[in-house]
Amino acid sequence: MTTPARQPKSPQRRDFLKASAAVGGGLVLEFSFPLLAHAATGASPTEVNAWIVIHPDDRVVIRIARSEMGQGTYTALAQLVAEELDCDWMKVSAQFASPNANVRRNRIWGSMSTGGSQGVRSSQDYVRKAGAAAREMLIAAAAAQWKVSASECSADKGVITHGPTKRKLRYGQVAAQAAKLQPPNDVALRDSKDWKIAGKRLHRLDIPDKVLGRPVFGTDVVLPGMLHASIAQSPVFGGKVKSVDSAEAEAMRGVKKVVRAEDFVAVVADSWWRANRALGKVKIEWDVGANAEASDATIMAMLREGLADPEIAEARKVGDAPAALSSAAKVVEAEYSSPYLNHATMEPQVCTAWIKPDGFVEVWTSTQDGEASLSHAAKTAGVPLEKVEVHKTMLGGGFGRRGGPQDFVRQGVTIAMAMPGTPVKMMWSREEDMRHGFYRPASLVKMRAGLDAQGKIVAFEAKIACPSILSVLVPGTMRDRILSVLKPGAARNRIDFTAVRTLSDMPYEIPNQRIDYAMRNGHVPVGFWRAPGQQNGVYRECFLDEAAQAAGKDPLEFRLAMLKAGDKNRLVLEAAAKAAGWGTVLPAGVGRGLAVVEGFGSYAAGVAEVSVSADGGLKVLRYVVAIDSGYVVNPDTCAAQAESNAVYGLGGLYASCTVKNGRVQESNFHDFPLPMIGDMPKVELVLVPTGGFWGGHGEPGILPFQAAVLNAVFALTGKRIRTLPLRNRDLQKG
Amino acid sequence: MIKLDVNGRMHNLDVEPEMPLLWVLRDHLNLNGTKYGCGISLCGACTVHLDDKPVRSCVVTAAAAAGKRIVTIEGLARPGIHRVQKAWIEHEVPQCGYCQTGMIMAAVSLLDRKPRPTDADIDEAMTNLCRCGTYTRVRKAIHAAASPEDTVKPATRS
Repeated sequence: MTTPARQPKSPQRRDFLKASAAVGGGLVLEFSFPLLAHAATGASPTEVNAWIVIHPDDRVVIRIARSEMGQGTYTALAQLVAEELDCDWMKVSAQFASPNANVRRNRIWGSMSTGGSQGVRSSQDYVRKAGAAAREMLIAAAAAQWKVSASECSADKGVITHGPTKRKLRYGQVAAQAAKLQPPNDVALRDSKDWKIAGKRLHRLDIPDKVLGRPVFGTDVVLPGMLHASIAQSPVFGGKVKSVDSAEAEAMRGVKKVVRAEDFVAVVADSWWRANRALGKVKIEWDVGANAEASDATIMAMLREGLADPEIAEARKVGDAPAALSSAAKVVEAEYSSPYLNHATMEPQVCTAWIKPDGFVEVWTSTQDGEASLSHAAKTAGVPLEKVEVHKTMLGGGFGRRGGPQDFVRQGVTIAMAMPGTPVKMMWSREEDMRHGFYRPASLVKMRAGLDAQGKIVAFEAKIACPSILSVLVPGTMRDRILSVLKPGAARNRIDFTAVRTLSDMPYEIPNQRIDYAMRNGHVPVGFWRAPGQQNGVYRECFLDEAAQAAGKDPLEFRLAMLKAGDKNRLVLEAAAKAAGWGTVLPAGVGRGLAVVEGFGSYAAGVAEVSVSADGGLKVLRYVVAIDSGYVVNPDTCAAQAESNAVYGLGGLYASCTVKNGRVQESNFHDFPLPMIGDMPKVELVLVPTGGFWGGHGEPGILPFQAAVLNAVFALTGKRIRTLPLRNRDLQKG
Repeated sequence: MIKLDVNGRMHNLDVEPEMPLLWVLRDHLNLNGTKYGCGISLCGACTVHLDDKPVRSCVVTAAAAAGKRIVTIEGLARPGIHRVQKAWIEHEVPQCGYCQTGMIMAAVSLLDRKPRPTDADIDEAMTNLCRCGTYTRVRKAIHAAASPEDTVKPATRS
């Protein structure tokens, strides 16, 4: 039914391991590599349960339902399963579970969605149980073979031992029998203090292939007779194709077809370069409508109108903020804003689709949600879900771009339908990618804080004007359930939690709070950028520093005074401050700032140290971030995510997507600049896992980053940055 | 026909002389380890070696590459694994990994030119973009690959 593509394939580490073993002595202590022998044994593997396949030679294949975009979930989930399975980590490999099989097997792998730093935390329970259940079944199968009680047997590193007689059987020897047993109803999970594989700094399973340049990404797919496609969408969001003159393009070398869809035009050719070159010669007229009038100025006017809307929706109300503000000894007031931002994944959007002669649809794509890709492909092709397979590849970056929208899958399948029987790999150009994102929303927030005579905040008010991600990405009926109508009669001002979070759920003890939200969506598509809603953390934590300054208090002391004993925000704030040496003397020309923000299941506090060059440029020297994620599955991938969040946050301080004539103007990395190696701060992650809950690591590290940096800029220069981006701004002048 | 020497093998290719080398490698030779990121020489994901020098293959035409030795990530150390790749694995450099083959090609060239690069040398030579933020580890891996104890000859691949 499904086609084995030449590429990509599951990680192959044998070659590297042989080479590495021969080089010898180089492996960092504490790291160990699973050894995966790929030699065909002839004997067939056994699926002990949906998550675990065991080969007769004891190799264990762990199926992973979530996607891998660099965040390390692929390895972390395998570690959790292997931990409970008690197998030999050196014999473990991982592979993605099939979205098609998930449909056919009653969603046995659960959700495949990979976002919101959910990969580990929302599936850890059932994947660990799958590992533990398989272990018990393997032990039971060995006990049955020996005709002894399972309670006399134990398992370690894939070997089952009968205690009294010391007899041993390997997992590979009993897997086939174990699979026939009834799974246990309930299994006990190991305490994290007893972990041997989880919690350890193990090498990531996906790295050798990526270093060797093996084809693992969506863009690397090669199929027999495959053609390539490049697409053009309306430069103005929401525009439709009005007319197409493709005569010149069709005559160009290698061009097979020009596909006209409702909202895009694609050229199919025998190489991507030929397709893209011919696309430039297609004369397309677009019906762009009224959206062509939109610009940064109209968008800002829309947001500003939202702040003044008398029917603005109430996201949170505690006490009586307006009254407390009017009687406060001092009132601090400020307005903050941020621009739209693209995800700018290094791998552009890509989808390979193949409409088979029997109507079966096969798709290869870099997706954060294999099930969403499958349903979008099925709907586009007009076939039942069972008639589609999605081959999940490694993602060349995700950051939220490749989850909800699935525009690339709809396009890829639409193009393939115009070329039935022929696989077509559609890839966007960078320019297309930059101008057709689902952007981090632009927003405008106005805050007021009332201080009493002792400098304590007694009232906090925020008005938020921001597009709603959920309104754009979630289909109608579900949307109505998610966006709660908190203020009857103000239907357009419903609450999107991603637009109000961090302001509507402050950990600070402030007796009077009023947080209002004006949903103003505009025509620019918005989506889940890394840590959706993170801009509110920037506003809140910068504004708190303004309040601390007005109160004449140290930013750390000011915050700690508002955090209850035992609050985990307090714990991480103290941990970050201690690790960073808060309060110690800094060299001349260096400023220090901090921030604390919880989110994505975790608590994160950061301290940044910055300097400003003679020409007014910002340099972030150091970022200390303390995170309480409850548990830690792989400390090294957590550290990598802290580094990653710092760079993503840094890029977000500088870049912006600006709108003119209804279109995003930025087109490539010259006008959407990314940090380079010399811009990288020294990132220090302080892990303070307190247990009892599971938090994420893909996003929490970014939450305090920008506020800590901007607070450090203020500490150094006295300049308060309230409007982003920083690009082309001289911090010496402010 | 254009004759290209790629990873020590000669290929006769019926491609336009102006076709960028990147697309000859990817779509005509199925060497997909070299990546497309920007198409205008900004990101470095497409870095390959041309007569031992790092170039951005998205802006080098097939005609310009003819007669030169082209080395891609697939041919960097055949047989075996290059010490830079080994350092990359030891230091867990990649995250998503998409930019990493270009990074590695640039790092190999830097070490060829400057066996003991300083941080400033690294900042100057490593102009590749990484959206995941692997820069700290890129730097560590380059320094590690430059250190004498790691300078062992590549091992044989099965």
